[in-house]
Amino acid sequence: MNLKTLLLLICIVAFASCKTKTHLYKIEGKQIAISDSLSSDIAIENYIKPYRDHVNGNLDSVLAYSVDTYSKNDGELNTAIGNLMADIVYKQANPVFKSRTGRDIDMVLLNHGGIRSIISKGNITSRTAYEIMPFENAIVVAKLPGAQIKELLEYLAAAKRAHPISQLKLTLDKDYNIESATLKNKPIDFTKTYYVATNDYLYNGGDHMDFFKKSDTLYVLDYKIRNALIDYFTETDTINPVIDDRFIKKNN
Amino acid sequence: MKRREFIQQTAAASAFIGIGGFGLQSFSTTQKKITILHTNDVHSHIDPFGPEDGRNANQGGVARRASLIESIRKENPNTLLLDAGDIFQGTPYFNYYGGELEFKLMSMLNYDAATIGNHDFDNGIDGLYAQLPHAKFQFISSNYDFKNTIMDTHAKPYKVFVKDGIRIGIFGLGIELDGLVDKKMYKETVYLDPIETSQEMTRILKENEKCDLIICLSHLGYNYKENAEKISDLNLAKATKDIDLIIGGHTHTFLRKPTVVKNIANENMLVNQVGCYGINLGRIDFYFDSDKNKVANGTSIIV
Repeated sequence: MNLKTLLLLICIVAFASCKTKTHLYKIEGKQIAISDSLSSDIAIENYIKPYRDHVNGNLDSVLAYSVDTYSKNDGELNTAIGNLMADIVYKQANPVFKSRTGRDIDMVLLNHGGIRSIISKGNITSRTAYEIMPFENAIVVAKLPGAQIKELLEYLAAAKRAHPISQLKLTLDKDYNIESATLKNKPIDFTKTYYVATNDYLYNGGDHMDFFKKSDTLYVLDYKIRNALIDYFTETDTINPVIDDRFIKKNN
Repeated sequence: MKRREFIQQTAAASAFIGIGGFGLQSFSTTQKKITILHTNDVHSHIDPFGPEDGRNANQGGVARRASLIESIRKENPNTLLLDAGDIFQGTPYFNYYGGELEFKLMSMLNYDAATIGNHDFDNGIDGLYAQLPHAKFQFISSNYDFKNTIMDTHAKPYKVFVKDGIRIGIFGLGIELDGLVDKKMYKETVYLDPIETSQEMTRILKENEKCDLIICLSHLGYNYKENAEKISDLNLAKATKDIDLIIGGHTHTFLRKPTVVKNIANENMLVNQVGCYGINLGRIDFYFDSDKNKVANGTSIIV
């Protein structure tokens, strides 16, 4: 064995033993804030820019005009912005539902908390729709027996909130008892079943709308609430929603 | 070639310890440092929050994260960059590009691996698959069985990275999808028990792969106060052994510092999570030394 071979052998042994001979002796952990004190990587910044320009250009292109500013806090049991949203869901979703099932949606129920922003007076853009509805919630239609429609009405009366509705007219007396309720201006037949459009969040138990759990048939339209808003704004020149008498409480 | 390497190593090591009486062994006293950088729940937050934002004004931003990561890599080339899932969903970038830009930027930042969060199914498992060509990093998921889905073979149950001779084994855990994600989105993905999966993964990584360091990328959530029994990073940490670090996500938990947890073998390990939206970068440094210098008090953890 010459010197070279010997050295090589020692070398291999040393390297091999080295591998198994390390041990972890110290761990240090911390968190670093990504703040504006850090400089931006120019290459990354330049890579993002065309994407950002496209998204912003698209989001900020004007789709419609709003004659006023609308907030979900303007109104007791129904609000202009909530009425607009529920009516948009009805208008946009009903043709889809009808083409698939041959039936009409009987009413729409959304939730007051699901209105995530105001609509400001002036131009409406896609960004407006993203602000009102930042979530990916989609429109679904639940087949509900009359008994659950009754639960739905009782839920609304007890909640005392301006949950957005469309095609339903609900009047409460001064003590928040149900005085009258109609669907598409017709009395409700509690022995029948009805088709209620809502969003997947509420259908799956959001806001404790438990009456949806008793629905045995669900139609998934694959149509996001936000896209329904964008489609409506695209088709519509001016929006001018109002507080009306669809959900009210009498004072005497 | 080998001889030169050997001599150089010896010389360097001797210098480090001063007088190298036994030159042949002294090379192994060279200390090694592995840096683990991590994010979670970035949710398509590519741009920083604007100055008007009510909660996170002027924070976050991928371009800033990139420069920070680059400076850390210069300081220590033996760095791994990891993500614990929910890369998708949260800004219009996702709605317009379906995750393409998120994956491209993570590739430019040289992410090494990521696990899969529930929101990464938001365009369906097909939507996730469609963006894979843009990801140059490895997806790691040990408890989602993708066998009967389009993702089959596209996520590994574990991966071993070797940095400066240190073997780092990484496995990944996803949250139960039933009730959280629509079945039509995740299709035939089968969720496997996280604890059983971890036991199997740590056995493979420790015994078969001879890893020096085992890291779990988890999207299980940090812990659930209202539902203490639900599997979470803290519960997983206590119920398993041989995991050195759990990098968590899902619950958007902001921790003041990484949590030290005693595992089932009564050994200390770390659980960390850095909130969400790319507002923070987690950094864990692991220091290795030769056994010759081993002291009785074991591993010190400084957080």
